[in-house]
Amino acid sequence: MEKNLLYHLGRYMNWHGQIYSRPENGRMYYKEIIRQLYDIGIGSLSIVLIISIFIGAVTAVQFFYQMDGTTIPPYFIGYIVRDMTIIELAPTFTCLVLAGKVGSNMASEIGGMRQKEHIDAMEIMGVNTAAYLVLPKIIASLLIIPILVSVSAIVSNAGGYMASVPTGLFTSGEYIRGLRAFFIPSHVTMMYVKSVVFAYIMTSVSCYQGYHVTGGSIELGKASTQAVVYSSILILIADYIIAVLLTG
Amino acid sequence: MIKVENIKKSFDDIEVLKGIDFIFEPGKTNLIIGRSGAGKTVLLKILVGLFQPTSGNVFYNDVNTDKFSKKEIRKIRMEMGMLFQGNALFDSMTIEENIRFPLDMFTKDTMKEKTIIVDKCLERVSLKGINSKFPSEISGGMQKRVGIARSIVLKPKYLFCDEPNSGLDPKTAITIDELISDITDEYNITTVINTHDMNSVMEIGENICLLHKGKLVWKGNKDEVIDSDNENLTDFIFASPFLQKLKDRALGYKASMKEQNKI
Repeated sequence: MEKNLLYHLGRYMNWHGQIYSRPENGRMYYKEIIRQLYDIGIGSLSIVLIISIFIGAVTAVQFFYQMDGTTIPPYFIGYIVRDMTIIELAPTFTCLVLAGKVGSNMASEIGGMRQKEHIDAMEIMGVNTAAYLVLPKIIASLLIIPILVSVSAIVSNAGGYMASVPTGLFTSGEYIRGLRAFFIPSHVTMMYVKSVVFAYIMTSVSCYQGYHVTGGSIELGKASTQAVVYSSILILIADYIIAVLLTG
Repeated sequence: MIKVENIKKSFDDIEVLKGIDFIFEPGKTNLIIGRSGAGKTVLLKILVGLFQPTSGNVFYNDVNTDKFSKKEIRKIRMEMGMLFQGNALFDSMTIEENIRFPLDMFTKDTMKEKTIIVDKCLERVSLKGINSKFPSEISGGMQKRVGIARSIVLKPKYLFCDEPNSGLDPKTAITIDELISDITDEYNITTVINTHDMNSVMEIGENICLLHKGKLVWKGNKDEVIDSDNENLTDFIFASPFLQKLKDRALGYKASMKEQNKI
């Protein structure tokens, strides 16, 4: 197990040397980045919107239940929903969901290309396949995932409003007052740091799993599952490390 | 010219190639033949650099590939074209985009210039006018020809074909063989074909090596095949009882002709 872990770690690090080499043709990479931006960004927007509404809604309802009967003023719920979503829920939830959707898709796409000898064909043409197939995905993820996380944070706060104000848990004024209270700008920085780190982990780990797949369809399925599992675990570990570093 | 010298390749404890020495001659169709599992594909993948040999050397025009820098490896790869057993056409791209891919990647030609080159390649493989179709919309034989068109688009010096006839009917297989042979002459390239198709051997085998259980057991050309008494070769060629009968008859006929001539 230990040897296996070290083997993959070493191979993963070495593989980065291949990814970050000079592109053969910048225009081809640019085209691929645009395609990936569309696939990851537009392709994941609806699921991000849906989960974000419920993240905000559940947080608001749950905290109202916890605080009911205490002397804490109701506007605090707006403040809690805002900070919870910005600091933790929007980046982590969004990236975990994207690891399941986008990460498994990347692993299957690249793994399928490996199995159909597309990668071999490109290698023989002289293409640096690790760079051509992975680098545009990483760049696109680093650009679009922080935007998706921002959308998620905004929509989550709206979700909190929709779940609590029309149902009479507290007033619109109280919720908005909470949203505007005790705002610390560095929390937004933390959200972006997390989203960039998580995006990198998710993309590189998923592509690594697909790129090195061997065997048939069972192995491809396994690689796709491992992409999601390992990305999710690493995202949560990174979440803890960033929390310790940025709040310490 | 490509030369391999004492090539050995093992996967874990299994030795797949056991010291192969052979010269793939320029301007000729060189065939690697042998039964399934003989090590043909492994040898071909070593030649193109997809596998590293466990020991031994590969020389391109007398230069050992071990001594190639990264830049030289890329350069030599751009001089290679390869036709894969499963064609390896990119499913999400049209036929034109598939053939244009190497041009897009490595040339600064305008779109108009690239389209002209693609059309010429398609015409060369008798597939004019299918530019906008996807690989899934054409037959297996057509896919092979598109694969050939893509492999010659950068005017390679070396053409590698992995089982070009697999999955094709005998007539289409002959067409593909002839096409590869014609392209070899026309572009004066070194072609290496990995096959176990006997029609290919007899039609286009100008320089043949027979592998058996990872060893090179016979080399020669198509004219030497019939007269050879190499046991591995006759076992491979006349594998079916029908072909064995045919060979016995031919040998009987040959012997009787000799007798008649003596008389």
